[in-house]
Amino acid sequence: MDFQLPDELQDIRDNASRLASAYDDDYWLERDEKKEFPWAFYNDFAEAGWMGIVVPEAYGGAGLGIVEAATLLREVAGSAGAMNAASALHLTIFGMGPVIHHGSEEMKQRYLPATARGELHVSFGVTEDDAGTDTSRIRTQAVRSDKGWVVNGKKIWNTKAQQAQKVLLLARTTPREECKRKLDGLTLFLADIDRAHCEIREINKLGRNAINSNELFINDLPVSDDDVVGEVGRGFYQLLDGLNPERILISAEACGIGFRAVEVATAYAKERTVFDRPIGQNQAIAHPLADSYSELLASDLLWQKAAWAYDRGDNAGPLANMAKLRCGEASFRACDRALQTFGGFGYAREYHVERYWREARLMRIAPISQEMVLNYVSEHVLDLPRSY
Amino acid sequence: MKVMVCLKQVPHQDARLDVNADGTWIQDGNIKFEINSYDTYALEEALKIKDAGEADVVVVSIGPDRVTQALRTALGMGADRAIHVKDDDADLSDTLGCAKILAAIAKEENPDIVFTGFMSDDGNFSAVAPMLAELLDLPSATGVLSVEVGDSLKCERELEGGALEVVELPKPCLAAIQTGANQVRYASLKGIMQAKKKPVDVKTMADLGVSDAGAGAVKAKIEKVYVPPKGDSAEILSGSTDEIVGQLVTKIKELGVL
Ligand SMILES: Cc1cc2nc3c(=O)[nH]c(=O)nc-3n(C[C@H](O)[C@H](O)[C@H](O)COP(=O)(O)OP(=O)(O)OC[C@H]3O[C@@H](n4cnc5c(N)ncnc54)[C@H](O)[C@@H]3O)c2cc1C
Ligand SMILES: Cc1cc2nc3c(=O)[nH]c(=O)nc-3n(C[C@H](O)[C@H](O)[C@H](O)COP(=O)(O)OP(=O)(O)OC[C@H]3O[C@@H](n4cnc5c(N)ncnc54)[C@H](O)[C@@H]3O)c2cc1C
Repeated sequence: MDFQLPDELQDIRDNASRLASAYDDDYWLERDEKKEFPWAFYNDFAEAGWMGIVVPEAYGGAGLGIVEAATLLREVAGSAGAMNAASALHLTIFGMGPVIHHGSEEMKQRYLPATARGELHVSFGVTEDDAGTDTSRIRTQAVRSDKGWVVNGKKIWNTKAQQAQKVLLLARTTPREECKRKLDGLTLFLADIDRAHCEIREINKLGRNAINSNELFINDLPVSDDDVVGEVGRGFYQLLDGLNPERILISAEACGIGFRAVEVATAYAKERTVFDRPIGQNQAIAHPLADSYSELLASDLLWQKAAWAYDRGDNAGPLANMAKLRCGEASFRACDRALQTFGGFGYAREYHVERYWREARLMRIAPISQEMVLNYVSEHVLDLPRSY
Repeated sequence: MKVMVCLKQVPHQDARLDVNADGTWIQDGNIKFEINSYDTYALEEALKIKDAGEADVVVVSIGPDRVTQALRTALGMGADRAIHVKDDDADLSDTLGCAKILAAIAKEENPDIVFTGFMSDDGNFSAVAPMLAELLDLPSATGVLSVEVGDSLKCERELEGGALEVVELPKPCLAAIQTGANQVRYASLKGIMQAKKKPVDVKTMADLGVSDAGAGAVKAKIEKVYVPPKGDSAEILSGSTDEIVGQLVTKIKELGVL
């Protein structure tokens, strides 16, 4: 057992955090308030090649694994940009996973080099209003046409759809009733977001507002056979290759935000003097921060183990889910305690902790809710009867 | 053209510094390190020369295992080769000893330009660069803000009181770079990947034929490192700005210092 960080990961950490630190809290507060995509920040990372971190070398990327990608995103989320910053990069990094693993050679040649250069923006279109967490019930449908497919339906929470040229779209191609298993008959498309057939409406939301999430109305969208990812009818299973990495990346990001919150709160607790003493001298302030710091440290190890398992080809589901659960809780708790440490100032935008707090809250809902993680662990790890 | 850059790894500016048990240095076992800030500017100048045309950039550092991190960062930023003097005894050298070791490397490498930082963030001696220039018999400039390379090296230097001067050094030469000269680049992901394949030569003092450096040759020995005790002569004034100014003027008159 060796807990020494390998050289390459240390390099990734140092360089990613240096690059991210060029953008301070004020930059991010302004992007968040104006709901503006952080282009300057994004372009810096794209130019330095970070968007290609998991794209195979043959297609112009660095060919690294989820350990490295998560390390990158943990540093980015630990910067002033927190989840706004991480999400700007996150989707391109994990979203193309199914294409890397299941796409045709032609598809890879066509899209991966542009992904690595950071020029191709891809949104992830799975969730629907009426299906919720039960993906088998999605209603977006793709029907065969003479030129390929025609898609109709509606997606919700399509993050970054406004910047994306493509959407990785999950649609029914065989009715649920006709399938042996309810998750069969779904197909994954790398579809164009063609505005003539797609309407995008931004959702007003609690936080992470520099990165838009949208409703996507799809009306007779033509998709060619070339844009089918992998096998028709096996879309859900291929998507799974993207879901575990996403959970791991989110876990690492959650830790990044949590550590940042503890750090700024600790600095504040040393300086802020009330009743003639720094507030950090009171155990009511010190203990929660100490507790969160240790909780984050433990959570940080869990995502690293999950990432390690995924990269070596093990079934990473249990660890990825549990990491998401623990890191999400630790992160939100840390942000909440940081906010409390700041007292009334914590509630003021210009102190920035409330922004971290709003973002960390999301980690308990998306990309999978904590309840569904607990369902997964009950059923697949503890072997208890399925509850739903 | 060949450019040699001397890099020192120093405690990270955010690292918590505690004096070690025998009061001879700080406890450096468990803290973060980084490249000395002035040296990063020196490296950036070298890389700019490389960007502008042909240049072979060699980075050199003396220090324990952890120094490979600094060297790899420099390789990731674009340096071509690294030389790591890894030798427990070399680490115990004083500034003159370091200059002798670096001079031995420069004699093997024959660079057209040697860049160093103006001083180190931890030791603050500003001594290695001029010593190195002297040992190599090179023309040199310190406190350099920016350089312009042609047949010679034009160096803009900072003088007392904000004045600037420009000196022109025939090559080969040495310039000790001061802060603020340029924005230091980041290593790109591609740079980090390529750095893994770039050569790092590990050498000892014996390999370099240096015998008059290290612990035995120390002329300036650190006697004691300590945090000065807090004095009780300070008085903190309070009140509104006007009140404080009033109190301050009264104090100054009382003390009769003006
Ligand atoms: C900001 C944001 C960005 C997003 N980005 C994307 C994106 O880019 N692409 C995309 O496809 N999706 C995206 N999502 C959607 C996200 O993945 C879903 O919101 C999430 O999976 C939860 O689904 P739901 O909102 O439909 O909740 P529901 O499924 O309606 O669940 C509601 C609540 O009921 C609980 N619940 C449901 N079933 C059970 C059960 N059996 N047992 C116990 N509890 C249960 C849930 O845990 C939850 O607390 C995003 C969401 C947000 C908020
Ligand atoms: C939206 C909003 C509206 C407000 N409206 C008003 C208003 O109309 N009028 C008005 O006068 N004020 C108002 N306030 C101010 C509010 O009452 C204060 O913010 C609150 O009392 C906390 O004081 P503080 O922000 O200075 O925190 P601080 O006193 O700086 O405290 C910071 C943290 O340290 C903790 N702490 C401090 N001392 C100790 C100790 N000895 N032991 C344990 N913990 C300690 C606190 O509990 C807190 O968590 C408002 C604040 C907000 C956010």
